[in-house]
Amino acid sequence: MAGVRLDKPWTDLTPEAVAALAGELGVYQLGDPQGRVVRIGYAGGRTLFGLRSELQAALAAGEAARFRTEVTAQYLSRYEELLMVHVADHGQLPRGNAAEGRRRLGRLSPG
Amino acid sequence: MDFEMTHEQALIVEQVRRFVREEIVPLEAKLDPDASRIEPEDQARLAAMTRAMGLYGLGIPPEFGGPDIDIVTQTLIAMETSQHRAGLYSPCFGAFGGAGLAQLYEANDDQKERYLFPVLRGEKRGFFGLTEPSGGSDPARAIRTRAVRDGDHWVINGSKIFISGADVADFGIVFARTDADKGRGGVTCFIVDANTPGFHVRRVVHTLRSGHYGTELQFEDARVPHANVLGEVNRGFAIANDRLTRQRIPYAAGCIGVAIRAQEMSIEYAKQRETFGAMLSTRQSIQWMVVDNEIDIRTARWATLAAACKAQRGEPFRAEAAMAKLLASEGASRVVDRAIQIHGGYGVTKDFPFERWYREMRIRRIGEGPSEVQRIVMARELFDQALY
Repeated sequence: MAGVRLDKPWTDLTPEAVAALAGELGVYQLGDPQGRVVRIGYAGGRTLFGLRSELQAALAAGEAARFRTEVTAQYLSRYEELLMVHVADHGQLPRGNAAEGRRRLGRLSPG
Repeated sequence: MDFEMTHEQALIVEQVRRFVREEIVPLEAKLDPDASRIEPEDQARLAAMTRAMGLYGLGIPPEFGGPDIDIVTQTLIAMETSQHRAGLYSPCFGAFGGAGLAQLYEANDDQKERYLFPVLRGEKRGFFGLTEPSGGSDPARAIRTRAVRDGDHWVINGSKIFISGADVADFGIVFARTDADKGRGGVTCFIVDANTPGFHVRRVVHTLRSGHYGTELQFEDARVPHANVLGEVNRGFAIANDRLTRQRIPYAAGCIGVAIRAQEMSIEYAKQRETFGAMLSTRQSIQWMVVDNEIDIRTARWATLAAACKAQRGEPFRAEAAMAKLLASEGASRVVDRAIQIHGGYGVTKDFPFERWYREMRIRRIGEGPSEVQRIVMARELFDQALY
């Protein structure tokens, strides 16, 4: 069973690192220089080049300093899980996911 | 037996079919291929349309505000509302409303005020907590979650798994063992508020469905008032069993709807796709796949409508519902598999809905009782055995 938290090491968000990403579907986290999560996202079935496209967009927008990814076919349920775990750990959504508060996010007590 | 639709049924079916193709399919084209939800404003707009059609809240009894539509017509509608990519588990993204938790119609007046009516008004959500890590097909024996009486309360300890919607619910209908020696006669049904101390949603359970997940629940000395016992103490199994039987007919109908759409798309594609100088539709191998699809669809459709007819007449329909669920889930799985084969490489891409139907249809052969349990239900009736 995979851990509920995405706690891989961070990678600097650079053009070279993004270009090296495969075009897989999955989830990702963007972080600030201190390693705080600023946004959680997913690369779904409509992205042109999966995670690479998503991280290219984040790089172009200057959204974050670091990133980490997880390749998964269950990108939607994993995305929601990461949001719920973040709320359980920090009491609020990452600032880049504030719009998610529009709909009802589930509650987890991951322990 | 005649399964010809009445004029009124045909009009309703045509109306629903148009709604699916003109409102749902174009909306879905903008969503992620695995999406199971739409934006709240789209949901409200579509629900307003089904209300105007007089078809909102199909499973809600008329005395509670639902439209007075018989079970056979509801079954025909369910065969239409699943005919889109997300349709198997999210027919029309809930635009036709839901019945809520059917068990709550059996609740006492106080419980109806606190739970049923808020659900029908869209103010509260509930979950159905039956399956446990120890098993789901034989709940009478598998339920190990225990509830012990303590004055005016019951103290619940144990766990549940594969529970949909518990993380977003306000309350749940939870089955727990209240008498260790009585088998299915020792299970009680409780209404548990989600803010009860000791109730935890521990983790998400990922499945073949990406857009939806189950959850694992834990109860640690969760105190539930005696006033929240649904029905009678030690009579909870009947509540669970009745729900499982009733749910099998719409469950089958949803599978059939997907199979019908997969078959239509396969025929259309076979008439357009040319290989080795001839249309696919002229190849005997393709023709036989399409014929086998049709046999699977018609067999399941007849069995499901037969079960719905018996239910409508108020006759026992447990074996018929089991047969319908078995035929529809297994037959529709074969239809989707053949549809992928006919479409070749495109069939397994996210450009088409088949790969999602293929994954989700695999779950249908397990959910609401696996095929083997449906056979047990039928065998018991054939051998005239009581439930053991």
